[in-house]
Amino acid sequence: MTIFDLDFMRYALIAAVMVGLTAPAVGTFIVQRRLALLGDGIGHVALTGVALGFLTGTAPVATAVVVAALGAVAIEMVRARGKTSGDVALALLFYGGLAGGVMIIYLTPGESTASLNSYLFGAITSVTSTDLWVIASLAVAVLALLTIFGRELFVLCQDEEVAKASGLPVRFLGLLIAVIASVTVVVAMRAVGLLLVSALMVVPVATSQQLTRSFRTTMALSMVFGVLATVGGLTSSFYLDVPSGATIVLLALAGFAVALGVGRFVRRSRTGESTA
Amino acid sequence: MSTAFEMTGGQVTIDGRKILRGIDLRVDDGEVVAVLGANGSGKSTLVRSLLGVQPLSGGSILLYGHPPARFREWRRIGYVPQRLSVGGGVPATVREVVASGRIARQRRGRWTSAADRQAVSAALDEVGLSDRAGDPVSSLSGGQQQRVLIARALAGEPDAFVMDEPTAGVDAASQRMLAKTMAGLVERGKTVVLVAHELGAMEPLISRAVVLNQGCKVHDGAPPSPVGTHALPGHDHVHPHEPAPAESSLPGWALAQEKA
Repeated sequence: MTIFDLDFMRYALIAAVMVGLTAPAVGTFIVQRRLALLGDGIGHVALTGVALGFLTGTAPVATAVVVAALGAVAIEMVRARGKTSGDVALALLFYGGLAGGVMIIYLTPGESTASLNSYLFGAITSVTSTDLWVIASLAVAVLALLTIFGRELFVLCQDEEVAKASGLPVRFLGLLIAVIASVTVVVAMRAVGLLLVSALMVVPVATSQQLTRSFRTTMALSMVFGVLATVGGLTSSFYLDVPSGATIVLLALAGFAVALGVGRFVRRSRTGESTA
Repeated sequence: MSTAFEMTGGQVTIDGRKILRGIDLRVDDGEVVAVLGANGSGKSTLVRSLLGVQPLSGGSILLYGHPPARFREWRRIGYVPQRLSVGGGVPATVREVVASGRIARQRRGRWTSAADRQAVSAALDEVGLSDRAGDPVSSLSGGQQQRVLIARALAGEPDAFVMDEPTAGVDAASQRMLAKTMAGLVERGKTVVLVAHELGAMEPLISRAVVLNQGCKVHDGAPPSPVGTHALPGHDHVHPHEPAPAESSLPGWALAQEKA
């Protein structure tokens, strides 16, 4: 029996590709904006959204998108103010999101924290065809927005003052990248879980930047690494019978370790060439 | 002749500390204005608030006759910040950074045009970095990075340049390149507002100097002319300027000249 014989594995593979493409694409901008942990923050807040979905009987993905987006906007507004100590404010939001989720799920009849497990740690094989449509449309929206606003976001993430002095709508772009990130978190939630979501936004980018010289290639290569990690992790978790989310993240981290070594070697031989 | 920048009673307070204390400054089209002063005198804050990047706590600013919030012709202005921001460490090539200077001229969702590419190549040429276009900016020296920032502003083909200490910590080769680039801008009649600690080779290009001391304008007019040993042939006007003591009423440049 191969992985393609099972409907749920085919769905899972398609979802894995979507997540592998979108998370690192957004991640490249977020890492450059020095917000590598933004995904983690949004992930915690999204948990409250998931629990609200259970409580109200609506699809947890839908409520998670809304709550995560609101959380992301709040994070961006705190960050943009810049005067109050931003990291503490963010931390408060993280804890609030996590505690809120646990409390709401406790109050939901017939549910317990165990219901949250698949959202916390990912359960990509439970993706249904309806889920797949939602994930696919969100992923396409994210990639389309990044394409349309990419040039402006590059300037924003490089130097916000220069973006301002170029007449770019800095506040809008800041909110846009935050909302794009929150949608991505929800897209990736089913694959790797809210607690590991940020890994897919950060690790492939960190891997890729060991090997590249330009922003564009960093982003493209990180998307390749992202897909390799999600598809490779999913496939091996299927055959090894281990949890998919953890396998995906561990595979991505292994890729980083390899790239670190290769990158050092490449840079050393480059400088060797130029001094020779 | 129109006015590029006009600040009236400009005040900036950051964390309760008064950085600018009511500055009036007008820069007409085609002027080359140097903003001089000791460290901490508010030079950088002045030019950043001229662009609306640093909000004023009092007074007003007009960019080509409009307040920053309602200004739409940002393509007319090129900002050269003090240093290249590396952000979170995602690599970017020299060409990518310089090309981002076109942003105010580009329409959202449109591909990069031939005019864009041409302007970027011309800007790279002008600062002598064409051969480094594909290299990551992080691999460049401080002076070369400064040239990248200037090329980014050049690529936007603005009418006015606002430069925040383009000569700070720059090697001799980059100094010469900067002076040459500046001369080219002056020749083309561009407006330049330039923060500097010392003018060096750019001195002859300056049409007006504004000197700040502790957030106040203490001189606005002809550039402080070299006196004493400074006027002697062979003096290359490179000497360490010391920050003015807080109680002194003399501007930094005057103090330094007294000491020299």
